[in-house]
Amino acid sequence: MSSYHLDHLQHLETEAIHIMREVAGEFERPALLFSGGKDSICLLRLAEKAFRPSELPLPLLNVDTGHHFPELNEFRDRRSAQLGAKLIVRTVEDAIAKGIATPAPGEVSRNRLQIPTLLAAIEEFQFDCCIGGARRDEEKARAKERFFSFRDSFGQWDPKNQRPEIWNLYNGRLNPGENMRVFPLSNWTEMDVWEYIQRERLEVPSIYFSHQRRCVRRGGQWLPVSALVPPKPSEEVCDLVVRVRTIGDIISTGCVESPAMTVADIISEIAAARVTERGSRADDKASEAAMEDRKKAGYF
Amino acid sequence: MSISALSYRPVDILRFNTCGSVDDGKSTLIGRLLYDSKSLMEDQIEALERSADITGGGQINLANLTDGLRAEREQGITIDVAYRYFATPRRKFIIADTPGHVQYTRNMVTGASSANLSIILVDARLGVIEQSRRHTAIAALLRIPHLVVAINKMDLVGWSEERFLEIRAQFEAFLPRLDIKDVKFIPLSALNGDNVVEPSPHTPWYAGPTLLGHLETVHIASDFNLTGFRLPVQWVNRPNSPTDATLHDFRGFSGQIAGGIVRTGQKLLAFPSGIVTTVKQIWTYDGVVHEAFCPQSVTLVLEHDIDISRGSMLVALDQLPGSSCDLQAEVCWMHTRPLQVGKKYFLKHTSHTVQVVVTELIDKLNMSTLESEPAPTALAVNDIGEIKLRAARPLVFDGYSTNRLTGSFILIEPGTNATVAAGMLRAPHDVFKPDAADYVI
Ligand SMILES: Nc1nc2c(ncn2[C@@H]2O[C@H](COP(=O)(O)OP(=O)(O)OP(=O)(O)O)[C@@H](O)[C@H]2O)c(=O)[nH]1
Ligand SMILES: [Mg+2]
Repeated sequence: MSSYHLDHLQHLETEAIHIMREVAGEFERPALLFSGGKDSICLLRLAEKAFRPSELPLPLLNVDTGHHFPELNEFRDRRSAQLGAKLIVRTVEDAIAKGIATPAPGEVSRNRLQIPTLLAAIEEFQFDCCIGGARRDEEKARAKERFFSFRDSFGQWDPKNQRPEIWNLYNGRLNPGENMRVFPLSNWTEMDVWEYIQRERLEVPSIYFSHQRRCVRRGGQWLPVSALVPPKPSEEVCDLVVRVRTIGDIISTGCVESPAMTVADIISEIAAARVTERGSRADDKASEAAMEDRKKAGYF
Repeated sequence: MSISALSYRPVDILRFNTCGSVDDGKSTLIGRLLYDSKSLMEDQIEALERSADITGGGQINLANLTDGLRAEREQGITIDVAYRYFATPRRKFIIADTPGHVQYTRNMVTGASSANLSIILVDARLGVIEQSRRHTAIAALLRIPHLVVAINKMDLVGWSEERFLEIRAQFEAFLPRLDIKDVKFIPLSALNGDNVVEPSPHTPWYAGPTLLGHLETVHIASDFNLTGFRLPVQWVNRPNSPTDATLHDFRGFSGQIAGGIVRTGQKLLAFPSGIVTTVKQIWTYDGVVHEAFCPQSVTLVLEHDIDISRGSMLVALDQLPGSSCDLQAEVCWMHTRPLQVGKKYFLKHTSHTVQVVVTELIDKLNMSTLESEPAPTALAVNDIGEIKLRAARPLVFDGYSTNRLTGSFILIEPGTNATVAAGMLRAPHDVFKPDAADYVI
């Protein structure tokens, strides 16, 4: 009997593959959101497992805020090409130029502006479903999310009125203009993601590993110094050995001091960690409901 | 399946959910469990303390750990399921903290449907009330194998053993009417942490385990059925490669095995065609395998070229399912528009969606007595009842009691696309009888 046993990663894997295939079966024009980050790297492997030996039956979509780490975009383009997948990139820069996204006076962050950019891309390609790599353990508004998360014709999430989701039966029915966001990694934790990366020997962008970087102390975290984040004279600047735990924009992603050079090192580091991965993201610290508010507006 | 998987130490996962009436202390209990088992991170504790300063008059509110929506924190109630993940050295846990409010029963069903164990909370002051019975009935209906009745707020009844036994007796009076095998009663205080992770000094009369102790050691049998192979086809895998000769003719049927074991060379019956074929190859990304089992996701290549598409089902010959347009099922009604005889719905079962019409309402569960009342006129929101349906095309199915995956369905209302019911099929009257004449090609 024991040979017919799946360990917890294999359970999570088969659950996610089932969801990917439901998407391919139920939607006309699905897309997969691929940022190059660790969660979407796992998503791509799961897509290979779900659909090979066929070509992936859906394009990859990325919203480029213009504030990405360069290592991330390089990885994104290379990995998409390796898989022979079609990659669609839409930029916030371009959305601003076209008047789709309008920054508030003095608004530096591209966080809010990626929402209209994404919604415009969905509209442009008439996507009826986008697969994303969000996990419920990331944040407490995400902890409320369904696998199949319904969005109305404005792209909005209504957390008080979600469709019941029972067993593994997903209701993917939509009326015109409506949209589904699907999260196959819902039940994965940060640890599961790294264990899967290790088991599958997946390549990840170099910034997840320990490297030397000039950082500035701001808002209780170490932000990478860049053209977008020049240190003020009063601020403390240090050359540190760091890595990133979660990748957001270069202006809001805190670096953590770490000697982790391998995936195994990262796994031991997370096992001993005393703060969550989102603890290093300024965009979530803004308020207790920051994520919920962004999701209601159409964010992932 | 992959080679690297062999060296991996298997870890058990226990999926459990909390249920019970509004304010019984479900979210507080989950918060306490996470807090006392040291599963919270420093930034989560900081956020909790920050919100206590603003809203709680300095008192930490443990329920805020799972009540992640603004509307929930404002009202102090849970609206939708929150999922939390934690691990102890003995086990991994997936928790669904579900709402107690009767208006959000559909979300309780959502959280409970994937559980191996349900914790039913009861406020020791109030004892068993209708919502406690409703949630217990739903857990029984879903066939959740283990139940814990957590008698909470014992601090407010002076840690009275008498009160504990009284509530236990209230439960035991109706449990025989439900099909539940394993029930454990634990007296606790979620607020103060008594008998949650640490044994309480206030209950010398209670010799049983703490809640966490029980969760770590309760035996969990697999939810998955290893007899009677079933593969609902989700997606036809057709590379159509003009350049690669080996792929040019590849035609595989992809899906997640919903029961049993499959081997290369095995004969399978394909529904709806009723034709028997043979497994030529079990294809996976990690290589071809000779055997696969429930709930693995695979792609089967078959010997014969027969008409199979999404919604088809491949089954073993030794244990045939039912195949019928006439269905009988227990349903949990989840929409404010009541279920009506004669109304048409979409029924989603495995990877297959068909139109159905409700032909008869057989009975309805009375939530005060947990007795069935025959021939109701409608099923209203949060009602549980038994119905008959007629499908536009035959459904290939098993009874829910033999196979959760091929015995369950949801009903979807045309137009609004709302998911209005969760259904559990009764075992088929007759299993499918292949017609000997045209059954093999
Ligand atoms: N005295 C005492 N109060 C408790 C105990 N457990 C919970 N409470 C209080 O009961 C109230 C309701 O607790 P919640 O945890 O929000 O209840 P809930 O069951 O999650 O409620 P819903 O999710 O809305 O159904 C809060 O004020 C808690 O502090 C307990 O053991 N003793
Ligand atoms: Mg609650």
